[in-house]
Amino acid sequence: MPELKIGDLLVSLYDILGWSLSLLGLHSSAVSVLQKIVSGFVLANFVMLTPIFTIWVERKVAGRFQDRLGPNRVGPFGLFQSFADIVKLVIKEDITPAGADKVVFNIGPVLAVMSVVGIWAVIPFASTMVGTDMNVGILYSVAVGAIGTLAIMMGGWASNNKYALLGAFRTVSQLVSYEVPMIIALLVPTMLAGSMRMNAIVAEQQVWFVVAAPLAMLIFLISSIAEVGRAPFDLLEAESEIVAGFHVEYTGMKFGVWMLAEFVHAFTISALAAVVFFGGWRGPLAEQYPLLGVVYFLIKTYIIYLFLLWIRVTLPRVRIDQMNNLNWKFLVPLSLAVLVVTALVDKAVPVGASLGVRSLVLFLANVALILVSISLLAGFSRKLQASENISVDSG
Amino acid sequence: MEAVSAAQIIFIVVALLTVATTFLVVTVRNLIHAALWLVATLFGIAVIFVLLDAGFMATVQIVLYIGAIAILIVFAVMLTRRVMQDVGPQSNENWWLGTIVAAVFFAAISTLLWSIRWPALPGAVVGDTVLALGRSLVDPNQYVIPFEVASVMLIIALIGSITLALPGKQSE
Repeated sequence: MPELKIGDLLVSLYDILGWSLSLLGLHSSAVSVLQKIVSGFVLANFVMLTPIFTIWVERKVAGRFQDRLGPNRVGPFGLFQSFADIVKLVIKEDITPAGADKVVFNIGPVLAVMSVVGIWAVIPFASTMVGTDMNVGILYSVAVGAIGTLAIMMGGWASNNKYALLGAFRTVSQLVSYEVPMIIALLVPTMLAGSMRMNAIVAEQQVWFVVAAPLAMLIFLISSIAEVGRAPFDLLEAESEIVAGFHVEYTGMKFGVWMLAEFVHAFTISALAAVVFFGGWRGPLAEQYPLLGVVYFLIKTYIIYLFLLWIRVTLPRVRIDQMNNLNWKFLVPLSLAVLVVTALVDKAVPVGASLGVRSLVLFLANVALILVSISLLAGFSRKLQASENISVDSG
Repeated sequence: MEAVSAAQIIFIVVALLTVATTFLVVTVRNLIHAALWLVATLFGIAVIFVLLDAGFMATVQIVLYIGAIAILIVFAVMLTRRVMQDVGPQSNENWWLGTIVAAVFFAAISTLLWSIRWPALPGAVVGDTVLALGRSLVDPNQYVIPFEVASVMLIIALIGSITLALPGKQSE
């Protein structure tokens, strides 16, 4: 008798769907296409509905950080606040500004959400639950994310507003630059796992990659925050400088869709970090009971999400020169150094060494890199201070 | 007649769309719209790569061409032209010369493509295609020299662009 596995619940739902479709007398290939469409629909909706919850979490946590209560009027603990906000957005007047490029104006937000939701196609929820486990999964996530930049450009340009266009310009300089360290940081776990397949990367993490590649993890998180465009990297919508940036002309639910894209993106990078650096669905008994893997995965994702939130409500916005300096003078060289050091150290570890030893050696190499970069930064800042003192004295 | 498979239907639809968008790239009056149609064309080519089981090529196509080159084009157009009120003529007096060159080039390419007897591949690559691709790029018997030459050329381009962009010493 086959052992009953609770974890295969969703997989069996998928099979039941296929079976009931075949009862309708459909061809088997049509059935599998329909199965995929339905499961894609369910997955996309799961992803797009999470912000209803995460926005509440975000406002509540931000409130606590800033010594406020956060939303607490609608429903218990203000849980239904997001629904009220959605209703408000939907019934608001929908304005298309005069002189706007109407089609491009409307496609912009849709493309933004699409590019983010598309990433979820390769994210493994559990060992058996992954949309499509393609052999270039991690590169695919980068590729689909890159379309988001184009969406913001389209929205900013089509609005026929100078502030919107300025926001779009800032977006390009920020998003395209921060893609560089992000991709290099993602190369490190790819190298450690020896595959770009998401599930293979998870399967290789008997020891989480965060141990072997802590610096790559940090670089990935920093550059991902910049990719989402959240504080401290929210230059693209800096209210005090360019009103609201690329979405200044959007009203009603179209604006809501931009917000949706941002919140889903923040949740998505948490999920990516959880998969690539924190073992994804791995955890005790997760391989026997895949549903447990989903729980582990979501817990890890939410913990990383809270970490991003912590950064968001704590740090002030950086200036544009600081943003560029941090990327090109610090993150890019550091990520290249991490890549080279990881490759060399990984090859230097003898073949027979256990995974723990290998991770430990890589961790020590990372610590050495951190020490070197901190001492370099300290020397640089001393030099900067000295030159500032001179200029103050002479002036 | 053999039944058309799903992949063939997808190929026909995508190929038609790609050609149609390519046509729009050169006929549309608004420059930004032309750039956006170009994005659609590049995306169609990525889909064709997927149909050829070249997933790596498809993703690289999107990362490089849509994520970088198309955005560069859109950016340049936005910065240099007043596109919102761009109503200039679409062609100049040399249009007939361009037509002739394009027609000759098209004829040359298509006769070349027709005349080649394409060798049938011995079969799809077994196993991980990305792994096979990576191996072949560093295999001395295969593509290591073109690969290295391409990297050196890219580095030269990189250094050259930095040198060009560096502020000159006299321009203080």
